[in-house]
Amino acid sequence: MRRRRRYPTGGDPPVTPRSGGLTAPPNPPGPGPALIKTSKLVKVYRADGVTVEAVRGVDIELAVGEFVAVMGPSGSGKSTLLHVLGGLEPATSGEIWLRGERVDRLSTAGWAVLRRQHIGFVFQFFNLLSNMTVADNVELPALLAGATPRQARKRREELLAELGIADKAGAAPARLSGGEQQRVALARALANEPSVLLADEPTGNLDSSNTRDVLRLLRRAHAGGQAILMVTHDARVASLADRVINLFDGMVADDAKIVPIPRPMNGVGDVLELRG
Amino acid sequence: MRQPLLALLAKEPAHGYELKLALEQTFGQAYPSPNIGQIYVTLKRLEQDGLVRSEDVEQTTRPNKRVYELTPAGREALRAWVNEPSDGPRVRDEFFIKLILAPMAGLADRMELMNAQRRHYLGIMRNLTELQADADPADVPARLLIEGAILHLQADLDWLERCQEELV
Repeated sequence: MRRRRRYPTGGDPPVTPRSGGLTAPPNPPGPGPALIKTSKLVKVYRADGVTVEAVRGVDIELAVGEFVAVMGPSGSGKSTLLHVLGGLEPATSGEIWLRGERVDRLSTAGWAVLRRQHIGFVFQFFNLLSNMTVADNVELPALLAGATPRQARKRREELLAELGIADKAGAAPARLSGGEQQRVALARALANEPSVLLADEPTGNLDSSNTRDVLRLLRRAHAGGQAILMVTHDARVASLADRVINLFDGMVADDAKIVPIPRPMNGVGDVLELRG
Repeated sequence: MRQPLLALLAKEPAHGYELKLALEQTFGQAYPSPNIGQIYVTLKRLEQDGLVRSEDVEQTTRPNKRVYELTPAGREALRAWVNEPSDGPRVRDEFFIKLILAPMAGLADRMELMNAQRRHYLGIMRNLTELQADADPADVPARLLIEGAILHLQADLDWLERCQEELV
């Protein structure tokens, strides 16, 4: 794996043309090259003589700029799949390709470099660094990737402004609401303009109004060309995706584009039938 | 249509067109815009049933208008309607019957049926989330109605997942 540094402009050109922010011009996904591709991916956990086959031979693809949701019952292997794709846990067998390069055999350090440059992560429980300010949380990934403090700060200011939390820059994460913390986590994940955003139940811990906010932000990021692979139970979030993969028992049970139902809805009144 | 008209007339007497406007103002986008003809037909039936009565009010520059008011019987009917619990949303029994029976008859695979149904639900959900994004934030009834539809659909999807766990 060559080292690539994409932040902010010094490295190789990005895979897909877009500017850095969430409000970049629309760049709908086309039949581009595979950004992520897996082949016969398997993840087996062994502990105390017990063997759990969490992922059992998964072949999936994510195109450049594509938004794919992964759904399925608890224990179907969704989160495990996401963690393996992000190198947080090693695959047991099978192949993972990212941007045309095979990555499943990378060392821990190799994965760390890859994540810094190409993968943004958002988790259900935010996972912000509690002893740092919001601003430092968002600037850290850029600094680790080699940005100057001035560049990191500029990017952080842009992101927090776009996410509507510019006034929270100096606050400790614990002082923020859940919705605000998740926005900070999103800003941190997008700080290095990752090739792909991996999100594990990003709205799983949010109330309905905060979910709507995060939804809006994800929609904007996707419209700006951001590729997203998201595990979710929330059908509202999944319905924004281009495609939904259903996992069952560690295997792909369904993989289909979302097609809005072509039923003329003249207004909200057609949504539910009011009695009376 | 009957009960909403009775409820509006309980507030004050009104003629047909005023009732149409009042419905639109109260529910915003959440209520399918009522047809004025349907309102007149319903008022006539309510009058036949003794729940409202009407009288012509002369207007100097326009034709007379018919103003309706609630009768004691109408007030009683309205009170009974308000106090009785409303039915919960029905379960999607049609799909469930398909899911149970079709594989027994060798007509379909359960996993395929559930996948097709999930795709359908997600397509509807896409419509609803777009409707929600476009809804006027000040139109509270409309927002609540969309949210209700979304929550029902989410429950349908959760239930589908439970069927998948138990039946496959």
